Amino acid sequence: MTSANRKDMLKRGAIWGFILLELAFFSIIGDQLSVSDQPFLAYDNMLLVLKQSAPIGIIALGMTIVMINGNIDLSVGATFALAAIVMLDSMTWPFMQAMGDWAIPLAWLFALATGVIMGAINGIIVWKTGVDAFIVTLGAMLGFRGIVFMFNGEQPTSHLNWTLVDFAEAQFLGLHTATWFLLGAALVLWLLMTKTVHGRNAYAIGNNREAAVNAGIRVGPHFIWNFMLIGFLAALSAVVFYSESGSVNPNDGMLYELWAITAVVLGGTKLAGGYGSIISTLGGVIAIQLLRKGLGHIGADTQTVNLVIGLILIAVLVLDRQLNRKGQGELKI
Amino acid sequence: MTLNKQDIGRLLAKQGILIAFIVFMIGFALANQRFIAIDNIAGVIRSSAILGVMALGVTFVVIGGNLDLSVGSMMSFSTIVVLDLHDKIGPALAIPAMFALTLCLGAFIGFLVGYLKLNSLIVTLGMLSAIHGLTLTWSGGKNMDIADKAGTWFSVFGQDRIMGIPVPILIFALLAAVLTLLLSKTPFGRKVYAVGGNGQAATFSGIPRARVVFYTYLISAFCVAVAGLLQASRSLGSQNTVGQGLELEVLAAVILGGASLLGGSGTVFKTVIGVLILGFIQNGLLLVGLDFYVQYIVTWAIIILAVWLDVAAKRGRLWSPIA
Repeated sequence: MTSANRKDMLKRGAIWGFILLELAFFSIIGDQLSVSDQPFLAYDNMLLVLKQSAPIGIIALGMTIVMINGNIDLSVGATFALAAIVMLDSMTWPFMQAMGDWAIPLAWLFALATGVIMGAINGIIVWKTGVDAFIVTLGAMLGFRGIVFMFNGEQPTSHLNWTLVDFAEAQFLGLHTATWFLLGAALVLWLLMTKTVHGRNAYAIGNNREAAVNAGIRVGPHFIWNFMLIGFLAALSAVVFYSESGSVNPNDGMLYELWAITAVVLGGTKLAGGYGSIISTLGGVIAIQLLRKGLGHIGADTQTVNLVIGLILIAVLVLDRQLNRKGQGELKI
Repeated sequence: MTLNKQDIGRLLAKQGILIAFIVFMIGFALANQRFIAIDNIAGVIRSSAILGVMALGVTFVVIGGNLDLSVGSMMSFSTIVVLDLHDKIGPALAIPAMFALTLCLGAFIGFLVGYLKLNSLIVTLGMLSAIHGLTLTWSGGKNMDIADKAGTWFSVFGQDRIMGIPVPILIFALLAAVLTLLLSKTPFGRKVYAVGGNGQAATFSGIPRARVVFYTYLISAFCVAVAGLLQASRSLGSQNTVGQGLELEVLAAVILGGASLLGGSGTVFKTVIGVLILGFIQNGLLLVGLDFYVQYIVTWAIIILAVWLDVAAKRGRLWSPIA
């Protein structure tokens, strides 16, 4: 094994090592300090960690692909809220109500289509104007939020459908519905990124866009597919989450983009593109949720969670720099 | 001199944002007389002042080739801190103490991005979260209020007028003037452009890149402290999340002003224009009778059009060459 290989293994393994460290810390030291009788490693508790990872996690998976491309998407939080409001609002339309429970798949379809369309809009703008994805999606973050407000103003939109709630709260083979969606999305995207031409092209474009163009990859359409994909995933995340809660506030999903990026970066994906993996992002998402859960377990408040996650993110960056000194200017957007 | 198509394109790209601003102003004024009433204009500038002051600082950071996503939560921090200290040690001491603490945060970010050369997007993303945690720890998660709201002179910054002009506008204008001088008339200002335009070339010509970046974050933190002071003084009480989400709006204003995210371009004056465009569009659309959310959609279109014009002029063609 060459040293480069070993370094790569080390980097890919780092996030899982960190998760083990968290588990050990919270189950040994945490249980001493804990206020609850239940041990941290209790089966139910771990299931809950997975379930609660799902909303940000599903978005973060898509963010990984967009970031491997060398792009970024700041509009996912607004897309999330928009898809949620489309789903809940559409179920109150007269013809939908007349359909009974058959309205559910249709409402899901509307919501997912909304996500795909929003992603396509971003993708087309990035492709045709050549404006940096950071700016395009920053603008879209505001614009999509504006569309969200068109539905019900500043009022929350609610529609509780018990069939839907039962579905979202169900457990299949022990795992919650949301967890299945997270794992399913991760599996599909992992296959996409490692086994298909599209995945290889994504890495190639992120590594060196000019070389990718010269190799005959159509970069523009590729971007559109990936923005549609992340739009779809943001909508999927909303659909899964709001099926259970049944009520969406027009400001929901704010800062989700930043949480998703945090998880992706913790998983080791490079902002500059060309490097990263779906599985590591899954690790990053779980690591953050474990930290939240664990700090809650030992009685720390939410403020400590924010502080610790922020500092860990910076520490990861410092460590990464120490391990990887050659990349002086590479981490530039 | 005859104007051909290219000249018009270049003019549009260079002064496009100013032209768009004037067109908008005229349009709104024709649609509703109240739009150009003095008190309406003063009201818009006054309510843009907090966002504007923050945008002035972020302009330095962006010209230096970096980003600052932490300004929103840093503004919450300085607002909460100054309100809390106001009742504990009095306003005269609370203000300098708050400035010192905020500058410490700025120095920390500047150290990480400047001297350790870490990626500014991720560092400030981490600091967004960390500072939010710090604020919540400071306040214990509760809203912060001044006990004796009527009996303090602290409200002077946010609520008073001097010679009929609201103080926030004066502070915004003064800060903009000072920072314009700093950026365009001093060696330091030229170094900021050099570092952002081509960092390597700047290093080779003996410019201390790390120190310049460090100072841009100090300036940004100083502006955030001023914004926090204005916010605290205006409301005399605050939630922990008062600045949440402002970081991206500030960035939108700076980009609208024409600063490139790659660094090396932008001016304080243009950022002020960017801030005013956001403020006046919001106000104008409301006065014309449109719902408040239309401003978001219009802002979206304007940001993309402004940057598109800019990059189109630089590459000499409208559509991108991406295959």
